[in-house]
Amino acid sequence: MIHQYQNNGYNIVMDIESGSIHVVDDIVYDMIAALDEYSQKTAIRSVIDEDDIRAVSYDDIRDYLGAKLGSYDSSEIAEAYEEVAYLIESGNLFADDLYADYISDYAQRETVVKALCLHIAHDCNLACQYCFAGEGEYHGKRELMSFDVGKRAIDMLVAQSGERHNLEVDFFGGEPLMNFEVVKQIVEYARSIEEANNKKFRFTLTTNGMLLDDDILEFANKEMGNLVLSIDGRREVHDRMRPMRGGQGSYDRIVPVFQKAAESRGQMNYYVRGTFTHYNLDFAEDVKHLADLGFKQISVEPVVAPPGERYAIREEDVPQLLEQYDILAKYLLERKREGKAVNFFHFMIDLSGGPCAYKRLSGCGSGCEYLAVAPNGDLYPCHQFVGMPDFLMGNVDTGVTDTHLRDRFKKCNVYSRKECRGCFAKLYCSGGCAANAYNFTGDINGVYDIGCSLQRKRVECAIMMKAATAQ
Amino acid sequence: MKHIKSLQTRDLKKSIKKGGGCQTSCAVGNQSC
Repeated sequence: MIHQYQNNGYNIVMDIESGSIHVVDDIVYDMIAALDEYSQKTAIRSVIDEDDIRAVSYDDIRDYLGAKLGSYDSSEIAEAYEEVAYLIESGNLFADDLYADYISDYAQRETVVKALCLHIAHDCNLACQYCFAGEGEYHGKRELMSFDVGKRAIDMLVAQSGERHNLEVDFFGGEPLMNFEVVKQIVEYARSIEEANNKKFRFTLTTNGMLLDDDILEFANKEMGNLVLSIDGRREVHDRMRPMRGGQGSYDRIVPVFQKAAESRGQMNYYVRGTFTHYNLDFAEDVKHLADLGFKQISVEPVVAPPGERYAIREEDVPQLLEQYDILAKYLLERKREGKAVNFFHFMIDLSGGPCAYKRLSGCGSGCEYLAVAPNGDLYPCHQFVGMPDFLMGNVDTGVTDTHLRDRFKKCNVYSRKECRGCFAKLYCSGGCAANAYNFTGDINGVYDIGCSLQRKRVECAIMMKAATAQ
Repeated sequence: MKHIKSLQTRDLKKSIKKGGGCQTSCAVGNQSC
């Protein structure tokens, strides 16, 4: 599959199955489009064997290209085709899709648990409107995880992780710092069993910042591999969606705390993490604001909400959001040129050192490699499923008992969604988020169309930025 | 090449033949291996 697009003055050609990406001039851009059309009816290459691929000869395609590319000189067409044919014959253009043959076996693989999300506190000191935990109240069922449950969760992770050395644990909520003593106890316990079990834990803490004092920050800087600081951007945007329980805004209180936290970590291994909604469709301004506040690691992500909510992203919002990503990509490139680079989570992409095709095809790992633990020890496929009775998988004492549900998640991949097969972004998003799919379609193998539109644009922007910085 | 500049990318077809079991993913494209 070929995907071509133009962005910020660059002509970009993605050969999806090989993973190759080419930045081309106008004649090659037009030629590849013509060849893509031609290939729908007639083979443009023959595969003699794996290492011997032959592109259709120029003599055989000269008339077709001449007619399609009439505005170009014939000698220029011949010269450009020579380069295109080289890419075809080296397997980097019009490559076959051979992954479907592999993915069915891979979906049957034995998996180990690699990561847990500990819902350490189903309680919160803010009342964020978009919180999937019911404004932090968890629908009236406030609950804190005990150390005993946390300890058993760590023991289960060790027992079910096989030979794997590196294990990950998120402290999540609600607001985890409302149960900070238990966070400390769990970390201390996990560290105490690392050596005997040949394991290494990496912890992440998400916080709204309201309780983040110097002592907690010192602990986080010692023990947390990643710190996620929740802030939406501009004061009016943040305070509208993230008020305190009395209705007052939280922006003025948390900004200096977060700035101190970011500096104390050397501007590394943290994210300021915001959510944009229908109320701030100009979210690029919020990213710029966070950069102006001095933050270097930024993520601002679309809200996931039922379609009826006033703040939910709507289909008619999508064109403006796509434009915002373009604006943001240019802004980030400009900052980089000025020596003031910041990272934007959704534009970060590793083209040369990224994951193998298996990982790209097989999804996020929720429900099999990654589990969420409710405060009472119940297990769910991920944090967004916590509390849904249909997705209860077991508990920290029994491990996963609903193996049928686990296997459904294990088979959740690019090839289990017919919409993904023809999507150019399939090897960059792995089929998207099962929870979003379920919330919008009632099926973990469904697709959330708005999310897909935004994801495709993010991939295009991220690759354009790579093209720009490769010049 | 005069008309084409190819970005350095991982050979995905080679990686599927070698066989894959990296972090989980959710703040795949920006993961490193």
